Amino acid sequence: MVEFVWLIPALPLAGFAVLLLAGPRLGEPRAGWLATAASAGSFLFTLVTFGGLLGLESVDAGGAGGHGGRWFVSTLFEWMPIGGLEVDAALLVDPLSMTMALFVTGVGTLIHLYSVGYMHGDPKYSKFFLYLNLFLFSMLMLVLGNNLVVTFLGWEGVGTCSYLLISFWHERPTAATAGKKAFVTNRIGDFGFMIATFLLWTTLGTVSYAGLAAGAPALATGTATAVSLLLLLAAAGKSAQLPLYVWLPDAMEGPTPVSAMVHAATMVTAGVYLLVRLNPVLDASEGALLVIAIVGAATALFAALAAVAQHDIKKVLAYSTVSQLGYMFLAIGSGAYVAAIFHVITHAFFKGLLFLGAGSVIHGLGDEQDMRRMGALRAVMPVTAVTFIVGWLAIAGVPPLSGFWSKDEILLAAWEQPDIGRLLWIVGLVTALLTAYYMSRQTFLVFFGGQRWDDSAHPHESPATMTLPLVVLAGAAAIGGVMNLPLVADWLVLEHFLEPVLAHPHHFTSGTGTKLGLALLAVVAALGGIAFAILAWLKARIPTDKLEPALLENVFYFDSTVSNFVGGPGTKAFEAAATADRRFVDGAVNGVARLVRMLGEAVRPLQSGYLRHYASGVAVGAIILVVWLALRGVS
Amino acid sequence: MGALLAASASASDFPLLNALIFVPAVGALIVALLPRSRPDLARPLGTLFAAIGGALALALAWQFDAADAGFQFVSQQSWIPALGISWHVGVDGISLWLVVLTSLVVPIVLAGVDPHHDPKPYTAWMLLLQAGSVGAFVALDLFLFFVMFEVVLVPMYLLIAGWGYEGRRYAATKFFIYTMAGSALLLVAIVATAVLGSPDSGITFDLVTLAEEQGLATNTARLCFVAFAIAFLVKVPVVPLHTWLPDAHTEAPTAGSVVLAAVLLKLGTYGLLRFGLYLFPEASDWAAPVLVTVGVVGVIWGAITAAMQRDLKRLVAYSSVAHMGFIVLGIFAFTAQAVGGSVIQMVNHGISTGALFLLVGMLYERRHTRQIDELAGIQSAAPVYAGVFTLIMLSSVGVPGLNGFVGEFLILIGSFETRRWWTVIAATGVILAALYLLWAYQRVFHGPPAAADRQTADLRRGELLTLAPFVIAVVALGVYPKPLLDAVEPAANELLEHFEEHSGFEVPELGDPVVVDHGDSSGEHDEDGH
Repeated sequence: MVEFVWLIPALPLAGFAVLLLAGPRLGEPRAGWLATAASAGSFLFTLVTFGGLLGLESVDAGGAGGHGGRWFVSTLFEWMPIGGLEVDAALLVDPLSMTMALFVTGVGTLIHLYSVGYMHGDPKYSKFFLYLNLFLFSMLMLVLGNNLVVTFLGWEGVGTCSYLLISFWHERPTAATAGKKAFVTNRIGDFGFMIATFLLWTTLGTVSYAGLAAGAPALATGTATAVSLLLLLAAAGKSAQLPLYVWLPDAMEGPTPVSAMVHAATMVTAGVYLLVRLNPVLDASEGALLVIAIVGAATALFAALAAVAQHDIKKVLAYSTVSQLGYMFLAIGSGAYVAAIFHVITHAFFKGLLFLGAGSVIHGLGDEQDMRRMGALRAVMPVTAVTFIVGWLAIAGVPPLSGFWSKDEILLAAWEQPDIGRLLWIVGLVTALLTAYYMSRQTFLVFFGGQRWDDSAHPHESPATMTLPLVVLAGAAAIGGVMNLPLVADWLVLEHFLEPVLAHPHHFTSGTGTKLGLALLAVVAALGGIAFAILAWLKARIPTDKLEPALLENVFYFDSTVSNFVGGPGTKAFEAAATADRRFVDGAVNGVARLVRMLGEAVRPLQSGYLRHYASGVAVGAIILVVWLALRGVS
Repeated sequence: MGALLAASASASDFPLLNALIFVPAVGALIVALLPRSRPDLARPLGTLFAAIGGALALALAWQFDAADAGFQFVSQQSWIPALGISWHVGVDGISLWLVVLTSLVVPIVLAGVDPHHDPKPYTAWMLLLQAGSVGAFVALDLFLFFVMFEVVLVPMYLLIAGWGYEGRRYAATKFFIYTMAGSALLLVAIVATAVLGSPDSGITFDLVTLAEEQGLATNTARLCFVAFAIAFLVKVPVVPLHTWLPDAHTEAPTAGSVVLAAVLLKLGTYGLLRFGLYLFPEASDWAAPVLVTVGVVGVIWGAITAAMQRDLKRLVAYSSVAHMGFIVLGIFAFTAQAVGGSVIQMVNHGISTGALFLLVGMLYERRHTRQIDELAGIQSAAPVYAGVFTLIMLSSVGVPGLNGFVGEFLILIGSFETRRWWTVIAATGVILAALYLLWAYQRVFHGPPAAADRQTADLRRGELLTLAPFVIAVVALGVYPKPLLDAVEPAANELLEHFEEHSGFEVPELGDPVVVDHGDSSGEHDEDGH
């Protein structure tokens, strides 16, 4: 059934086309249902293709990991063939692409469904779903593309949709600015993506993943390092790592389902996917891997610290997302690609859930986003509260919920990193503690404690279209860990499934005792974070006035410094260039024109029309000529 | 028209290229001779002639043999035998799509854009523009090319001066004198090339003969090349020879801006390929470092200055400078991808920038301002207009799946091999393009609309029809550019082989994998690819 893989992206594209032509006529809620159906159909065909992949026989050679496994390529048409360059519009079905496609379409469908309720009454209802379907199509092209260029198509597509969706309420200047900022910041990463593609193509003569995997071992270390760092730049843009993370917190200006789908569950994991997809290249450069690990660990800690002091319910989750993405980069840098993908999936469940829960709260409180005006909502929004609590415990790393398992694997991988493993592990552990703390703080501020909202707000539980996705995601966030349980080899389902796409499958070397010890410490850190939050925010045993320092609330003033630079000296420099263009470049042109005119006017008396003037001119000329010849003759 | 198309398709010896030149030329004459009492006839009649040209161009593309790298539909008549000047025309994969673009754009803007006054001379000049541009793209005789190159100048000058905006006289004069200065050099160089470079059998202005002969001494050829190149670089234009362009674009009537961007600028880059690389291979190689630099400087400088423009039309004009810089880089990177990409980019830039000028023109019609400061929130009032603008903008930014990406990507990937660091710098232009376009878009389309903005009408049916071909092309050529590439590739390869043979440059064989793929690792077997 793998032949029908093209239907996976085709369905949301068809949904987009129908909505483009007939969206306003369909109106609410039909436009929403149509988009949801397109997404659900896409999920269905992903399941079918997944089944087809499992039915394929494993082979020994080829594939995107370089050594076989199950895989299938569907070539749709030649896209940009010229000279030796072959860029096919082709889709790749292999364990990695299917893993990604499954959760993208699965979580995507739930969020489509949620949006049917959330976007109720919006004047641009159908347009929202049009963008959502286009986004899903792009995301699927990204993960299903058989070569770097098709992935880049999806990469830019999701970036464009992200721009359109962040600035969806474009009459709000902050939303418009945030959308632009996201796109331009991502373009810096795209620059890295492009140069990496060029470098790979000129060195290995191919852009297809199978070809790159085959060629990667032969790469010179310098080239592999350069490519890997360029890919890191690309991934840092899309997946909001230091220093390019600045767009993601601002992206919260978009409607909350967008934050859940684009800016938590799917698009922002594209960078992780890209790096994992090109693991054969990364493996050829230990130095680049170390840099990736450091960037990941630094981002994880940095963003977790920022999340501690935010007041906006979505900003907490946004910084949390940046931090969790940092974990994934840490995993990649430690060589544990499967752990990274594992965390991508569990994070999609619990962070999608948390964002949708936050959306439900915002919806119920009449667009209130400040946690200082929430509290005690568990009584009025029971479903939202219970599902949110599941998400909170999952991300906090409380066993046996999904987040515990995936985070544990990353911490173990960091521990085993040969160069600075202990340091990376400590950073990861501190981040885990902070994560448990800030998520507990959020949960308590929103759902527990005293009521801090006006009675006129009339908070209410959300409709079934919104709560059903919450319940499903809560289930997934709770039990998602089963896909890759440690200790017993047979339980590592995801690990074994993904092994063929990896050039060097990672093997943990620590003994069972170390593993259990590290896991125990992780649990202690999580519980410690929660306990501290209980004392501070629930029991008020610790004064909270020092727990939200301005430095953290303003995220170390990094973003504002960058903005001030861009808006100040940056703009001035551009302005100076424009002025120079007008005054000097164009001024020179007009200067030449003036000069010509002046010369013309200066010599105009010569053309007087009087014969005697001409005659005297000839005479003077003749004399000069004679004198000159005579002088030449003398010397 | 259908019958004519069929007739042209059946008769293989039908002088299609001559018809492509003469149909609009005769149309111009007929429109000019229309009785003074019936100015209303001018545009419909002119559109008809232009559209016949368009239909013929489509027939040309249909009949064009993509596998043939040489000149096709060649027609040669002796013109001034004493000087070896002939009416020699022909089309290859490099000129084909420019001919098609020209022949389609003129009828579309003629039909879609209202000149507001004096439709008769306006229409006649537009038709002459079409005839001259097509003529320049198919001319295979240096003298004929020069004539056509100059013929184009006059109607454009008159269109700007006659139907433009407030500063039209200054802009038109600047445009004319600037390009004339280049043309003077061009004429001298053409004569020198013919006189000094002709074979012993006698003087000739024939491009193919001169290019094959390579009869000029190295230094003479370099000198002549410099003269040719300056004339073309003014036309492109490259920084710092570009300042006529923003003025001309801003002051020109909408149709003039569209044709200027879509067609006239391409005379420069096309000239660099046809009369640079082809005619002066050694000199091209010699001068390439300078030209590549100039191209890359254009990419960055154009983008930076575009960002700071306060007039939306000027902004688009400066973006043109940036986009054309990519093409210059690609031409002098000397690889199949880069040269092929340059040709594709010429077409795609014509489509995207042409459409942007149409859109800005439509906004001006409504608001009588192009000042970014005076506009806001247009998307709320005119969502369809904003949607089309967004699409074209994304094409101009180079988002894959749309046409702008194809040429840009091929140029950059092709240039990376031979001009690595220049390409890296040029690629930052991709970031800047997003910056200046999205910023302008935000200021004009987003935010709360003022009262005047709220009343901005959305697109009318006629305007939608005018834009439709551009929108379709933007998507179609982005998703499936293969038909274009198929025709371009053999010609680009042939040109590069010729170039390689007559210069010291070795065109690298790109795309030969250093490491051989596993036999079954590519996507060729859909049936049993496991």
